[in-house]
Amino acid sequence: MRVLVAFLTGSIFGLGLMLSGMTDTGRVQGFLDVAGAWDPTLIFVLGGAVLPMALTWRIAAARSGALLGGPIPKQVEARVDRDLIVGSALFGAGWALVGLCPGPAMASLFYGGTGGLVFLIAMAAGMIGYRRVTVGVPA
Amino acid sequence: MAWAWGLLGGLVIGLAASIYLLVNGRIMGASGILGGLVDGAGDAARERLAFVVGLIGAPAVAAYFWWMPKTNITGDFAVIVIGGLLVGIGTRMANGCTSGHGVCGMSRFSLRGIIASAVYVGFGMAAMTVLRHGLGWI
Repeated sequence: MRVLVAFLTGSIFGLGLMLSGMTDTGRVQGFLDVAGAWDPTLIFVLGGAVLPMALTWRIAAARSGALLGGPIPKQVEARVDRDLIVGSALFGAGWALVGLCPGPAMASLFYGGTGGLVFLIAMAAGMIGYRRVTVGVPA
Repeated sequence: MAWAWGLLGGLVIGLAASIYLLVNGRIMGASGILGGLVDGAGDAARERLAFVVGLIGAPAVAAYFWWMPKTNITGDFAVIVIGGLLVGIGTRMANGCTSGHGVCGMSRFSLRGIIASAVYVGFGMAAMTVLRHGLGWI
């Protein structure tokens, strides 16, 4: 059942990304291009996603656990460290370069052509490589 | 009308994140779900795989039968490889991306989510300004 819900959730997420314009690298780069022809669409995407989710967190707070069992993830202590800042900066630079973040890179695989496939492979390689390099290193 | 599609798509994304949290008790973060699957270190591999299959499969079906969107991705493969590596390394180092830190984190007023989002958007805007208007690379 958890696997089925994960499949359905991934499907809904993918359709949302496709509809929103997040898989259009020109639109994403347009949002980041504040010195050029700025495109504010991503603000509507983020607002549309954050508002219902804020309500969901309130519902979740009143529940003892998830519907299929297990806890609702607790808020981790607000630990802002170097990895959070450096990692987000590297991600931002890569996001600007190509205009894809991890969700849309997967959602657009079918219609993203060779470039999209190469991006997804490079992104997965970066994820695996980071794990290989840092494994065993205390956080 | 781009803003209306953006808002509609955003609401659908928020619906997905809500279902994943309330039903499975999981944070819907694309980089964490994929990263934990490909690096072999994540738990619940079948759940992760099912999520990724839906995430890739549903837009593929919609694109095939209904509407084929354009990604307008650059044809410069060096830029694509460098960008992909940066996104992969950066999101794992920061432990989240636009969906995890942006949608799920900011909506619960998580300091980490808000700071991470400010940094990747701010750094993305700075990088875009330098790369496009300064160096003319993209």
